[in-house]
Amino acid sequence: MIPKTEEQELFAPGHRACPGCGEAIATRWILKATGTNVIVVSPTGCLETFTSPYMFSPWRVPWIHPLFENGAAVASGIEAALRYKGRSDIRVVVIGGDGATFDIGMGALSGMFERGHPVPYICYDNEAYMNTGIQRCSSTPLLASTTTQPSGRRSWGKDRPKKNMPAIAMAHDIDYVATASVSYPKDLYNKVKKGLTMEGPSYIQVHTPCCTGWGFPPEKTVEIGRLAVNTGLAPLFEMEGGELTSVHKIEKKAPVDEYLMAQGRFKHLFQSEEGRKEVAKVQRVAELNIERLGLL
Amino acid sequence: MKKMEILEGSMAVTLAVKACKPGVISAYPISPNTHIVGALAKMVADGELDSQYVLSDSEFSAASIVYGASAAGVRSYTASSSQGLLLMTEVIYNAAGTRLPMVLTGTNRSISAPISIQVDHQDTLSLRDSGLIQFYVESAQEAYDMHIQAFRIAEDPDILLPVMICMDGWVLTHSYEPVELINQKAIDTFLPPYRPRHYLDPEHPLTFGSYAEDNVMMELKYMIQAAMDRAKGKIGDISSDFHRITGHAGAGLIETYGPEKADIILVGMGSLVGTMREAVDTMRADGISVGLIKVCCYRPFPGEAILGCCRNAEAVAVLDRGSSMGSEGPLSLDVKAALCNLERPHIFSFITGLGGREITTETIQKITEETMEAVKSRRILRGSQWVDLNRSIL
Repeated sequence: MIPKTEEQELFAPGHRACPGCGEAIATRWILKATGTNVIVVSPTGCLETFTSPYMFSPWRVPWIHPLFENGAAVASGIEAALRYKGRSDIRVVVIGGDGATFDIGMGALSGMFERGHPVPYICYDNEAYMNTGIQRCSSTPLLASTTTQPSGRRSWGKDRPKKNMPAIAMAHDIDYVATASVSYPKDLYNKVKKGLTMEGPSYIQVHTPCCTGWGFPPEKTVEIGRLAVNTGLAPLFEMEGGELTSVHKIEKKAPVDEYLMAQGRFKHLFQSEEGRKEVAKVQRVAELNIERLGLL
Repeated sequence: MKKMEILEGSMAVTLAVKACKPGVISAYPISPNTHIVGALAKMVADGELDSQYVLSDSEFSAASIVYGASAAGVRSYTASSSQGLLLMTEVIYNAAGTRLPMVLTGTNRSISAPISIQVDHQDTLSLRDSGLIQFYVESAQEAYDMHIQAFRIAEDPDILLPVMICMDGWVLTHSYEPVELINQKAIDTFLPPYRPRHYLDPEHPLTFGSYAEDNVMMELKYMIQAAMDRAKGKIGDISSDFHRITGHAGAGLIETYGPEKADIILVGMGSLVGTMREAVDTMRADGISVGLIKVCCYRPFPGEAILGCCRNAEAVAVLDRGSSMGSEGPLSLDVKAALCNLERPHIFSFITGLGGREITTETIQKITEETMEAVKSRRILRGSQWVDLNRSIL
């Protein structure tokens, strides 16, 4: 049973996230799943910045922000300390952004997976470095324009596909890998719960649309997230023991155009014939996901 | 009952750390720290030490792991050297800023490039501005005694900073010396279990590592400086306690050797001081008025204590095993700052012993002679003098 809002609100209102922030909504749901007997580690990113102006905190659970690239290592140390104290009932959870996870913190994350700490590592994936002003990350999807890989006369934006982090996580033979979306909170809640039952590490990647960085109105966050899922660009699945164990079937397949056209970061693709041709590449990414994962 | 053993320096450190019962140890292998971290791993494997030993994927992660353990309220320890310490640097600043105590051994080794595994102090000197308390030891005995005191110093509620014991790679880590060990009961009396006031605890949720704006940044940084200043006095108290309980010499900020009112005072740190003592004896036998100051605690820097010992000297010669490139030897800069605004002594800076280059008593005598000559001819030597450079290579 998901606790009702008024029953267990461990992420207090009044923080400084942008209106319509996907990761703020996701964090609220993640904490509903963890409950109070938890320690949260957040490496540097939007979440840390908007929740921790000194002397204010919306965190009603113990929370620590160490550095950008060491969330998984710090979580490992906390987990080891709890084991030493005989307090393994207290769970450690990392909630980190895609930059901290896909790029700069990946070595430390790989270390945590390999050592087998029972820590769910939750990545809120808004597909770029939003905190510093929308810079390209290896999580940025194909053809998205960012401030460091912008579209221009000689550029269509990101020239490489999104890094397949769930596959990298799974390659460590960890217990549980899942993807979720802030637009499907019950599914997100259940996946975090499941991650917490694992004896070893788990990886949960949550698609969290960012109205500021992606260029859409703040009231559309949930809608955009749902569209991403229904195009096949943000597939929702679970893997256990190296096997795909569940997929969220696409309810009503949407063409990627619909998703891309709704966002400023892809608008350059719709300003010329050549741009429209490029869109086919994104459609291919969606089709490949649908085929590989059996999303239909 | 005194218990004397012939121990490798690394083993002396290992036995000290074991006796301090850290709850979490994490390390990554780098020469010359490997004997320390290997011996601790074996103690855990054999059930002699009840610690969580976390094998890290890098020095950066090792420091982060002990940082996390400290935040969770558990005594924690790591060791590294050279490049490993540089990789830990970001975490060391962060631990000091978050006021998380931990103890580190810095087994001194030069910094690449060019790569070398031999001793100098460039690695640990480069951490001087981080908020890390640093001691430099001269012998295996001192390494043993200082590690035990390091935990008390780091965990003192008035300090709460990371503490590093710097010991010269190979010269100290891999040499065998007689070491007098302390019984466990005395160590337990001196160092009770770590009970921090603030740690990550679901029953009392706290927020660590906040974002600070300009309204509080200066104050929070000042509080680190103030803790460093307080540490100077606290180290004295802890040292007296250590001496009272164990009978061993406690930590000092500095140590002097030779006449109280020498004309020339040599200043150095680490194993080099042993050679300096011998050189001082030889020169004094030749009628030269020379003494030495061993800087034991480099951060916080004992400027007042050094000033107290140098007021009557003609000249002070500082020996650095590292350089602040573009400026001078870091230790000499600190000594100069401590003695500024005085007419005398003149302060001369010498850089020597980089990358394991041997420093002999002759080297020290030569440095002393050069200093005396400069004083006599009223020549001011600016910058650092790089000792015995082979000009054919330049």
